[in-house]
Amino acid sequence: MVRLRPGWGIVPIVIFITLWEAIARLNLLQGQNLLPPFSATMEEFWLLLKTGILSENFLASLIRVLIGFFIGSLAGIAMGIAMGWHNFMDKSLNPIFSLLYPIPALGWLPLFMLWIGINELLPIAIIFVCSFFPVLYNTITGVKNVDKSYVQAARTLGASDLRILKTVILPLALPNIFTGLRLEAGMAWRTIIAAEMVAIPTGLGALLMRAESLIRVDIIIVVLIVLAVMCLIFERFFAYLEWKITKNWG
Amino acid sequence: MTSIELKNIEKNICQNVNLLISDKELMVFVGPTGAGKTTLLNIIAGITKYNGSVLIDGNQVNHLSPNKRGVGYLFQDLALFPHLDVGSNVAYGLRVQKKDENKINSRVKELLKFLSIKHLKDRYPKELSGGERQRVALARALAPYPKILLLDEPLSSLDPTTSKHLRIELRRIIKEMRINAVYVTHDLTEAEKMADRIALIDSGQIQQVSKPQDMIFSPESTTVSDFIGTPNILTCDSSKVLEQGLIKLKCGNISMLLPYEGNSIKKIAIFPPDIQVTTSKPSGPEVNLFRGTIVGLELLTAVARIKVQIEDNTLLAEQPIETFKQMDLKLNKEVFLTPKLRRLRYTTTES
Repeated sequence: MVRLRPGWGIVPIVIFITLWEAIARLNLLQGQNLLPPFSATMEEFWLLLKTGILSENFLASLIRVLIGFFIGSLAGIAMGIAMGWHNFMDKSLNPIFSLLYPIPALGWLPLFMLWIGINELLPIAIIFVCSFFPVLYNTITGVKNVDKSYVQAARTLGASDLRILKTVILPLALPNIFTGLRLEAGMAWRTIIAAEMVAIPTGLGALLMRAESLIRVDIIIVVLIVLAVMCLIFERFFAYLEWKITKNWG
Repeated sequence: MTSIELKNIEKNICQNVNLLISDKELMVFVGPTGAGKTTLLNIIAGITKYNGSVLIDGNQVNHLSPNKRGVGYLFQDLALFPHLDVGSNVAYGLRVQKKDENKINSRVKELLKFLSIKHLKDRYPKELSGGERQRVALARALAPYPKILLLDEPLSSLDPTTSKHLRIELRRIIKEMRINAVYVTHDLTEAEKMADRIALIDSGQIQQVSKPQDMIFSPESTTVSDFIGTPNILTCDSSKVLEQGLIKLKCGNISMLLPYEGNSIKKIAIFPPDIQVTTSKPSGPEVNLFRGTIVGLELLTAVARIKVQIEDNTLLAEQPIETFKQMDLKLNKEVFLTPKLRRLRYTTTES
């Protein structure tokens, strides 16, 4: 097998950008508006930054994602621990959550629009739903997968249920919980864009829709690049956090 | 003084179990898989529900949680917390008791030194060998000063050499700590080496409680005899100490020459798998070699049992089925038997 040097991953991107620039400059696709050159897109990126349009919309989306994701994950973890730890809770709530889980987060949008109205709470509620269920199920799995012998060992050493939860169950369930968080961190960005495109007048999704109506492919590409980078950063952040916490024993 | 008493214990397969374990005694529960050994251990620990009574020091402890019973438990899979380093694993029980951090540190240090694992304090369980993990788990169980140590097949996952070495050390540590211990195993040899007394458990019933050599030389039932492997018991009529550090024994018509260790041997136990069967006379001196005639053959799944008449004595030998097939053994055929001396058991008492 060929061993590649670190940093090799940048090469395909450079080739891709060069090809993109060449195809656009040589006008190989019909109509230049459909594929502006990379350089022109970057110029637009700079302009959007300078005018504050990009940062304003980006911040709006970021705050919604952060709040919705934080509350949704926290609720998912708390409920997941309760359901994973107490059979009664699991047996009682699982049938309900099993029915709700398959509904795509965006499927809730019409209902939330009627219940909440079109305001800042709407995208946060959508992100909450988007984050809650996957984190919930990963946490339940994490808690249930903790080997019972660790619990028994802690019990023979005198630990109370609460202490066992804090010092044994939760730490050992962390890898599963982080898997849920990592997957949903990217998904939250994908969902907020879709929600903003459909129902919210501000944010990156709304900017995308406006650019589409003006046939500004360069702006669309700029927003998509920002979105891709944010999904990547969020996912990598949780992967790093998981590695940092479990590197000695995971 | 710490005694453990089980009275009319009932749980799953275990029915009406009664047992008294004396102060500072190392009791070994031995028996086949699924016999109820671990269940009884969990009942003493208080980590499972049961009917009947458990008395520690004469006080009923049915209502007490495991830590309040003063037990330390060494689990079969050791159950070291993978997310805690060795120091934190050992300190876990003490932190639960909210002991002063200085006292915790000094106790952890003391135990790690006692068990020769001081250098492992900052390592995580995944970085330890099987033997090291075993010591750490033992240190963790001993840290809160338990009165009773319960050990559930703690050596079963180790290789035979490490296991043999550690069981000697485990017994030494338990005796030095001067605590009661209940040790579960399915391995009779391990039980013999570890135990002050052995309780043989089968189908949830205690079949016999006795000292290891009494278990072998005086099995009280066929269940016990079958479990320990139906040894050939030879009663020695006379013995003569020879000059070369040897003793000549006469057991009926069988004469044996054994190393003399200063005791007069009364009985010898030879386990059937420890007898070599050959159809021709092995070369070398004619010592500890018995000539006899096959009077019985029994083919089991993995082994063949061969009953050999040596004048008035009958010895039972066992050969792996593959070896047996190659030997062309049949009834009334003359064979030679050579016992493996290192595996003989003997008793110096008449019982």
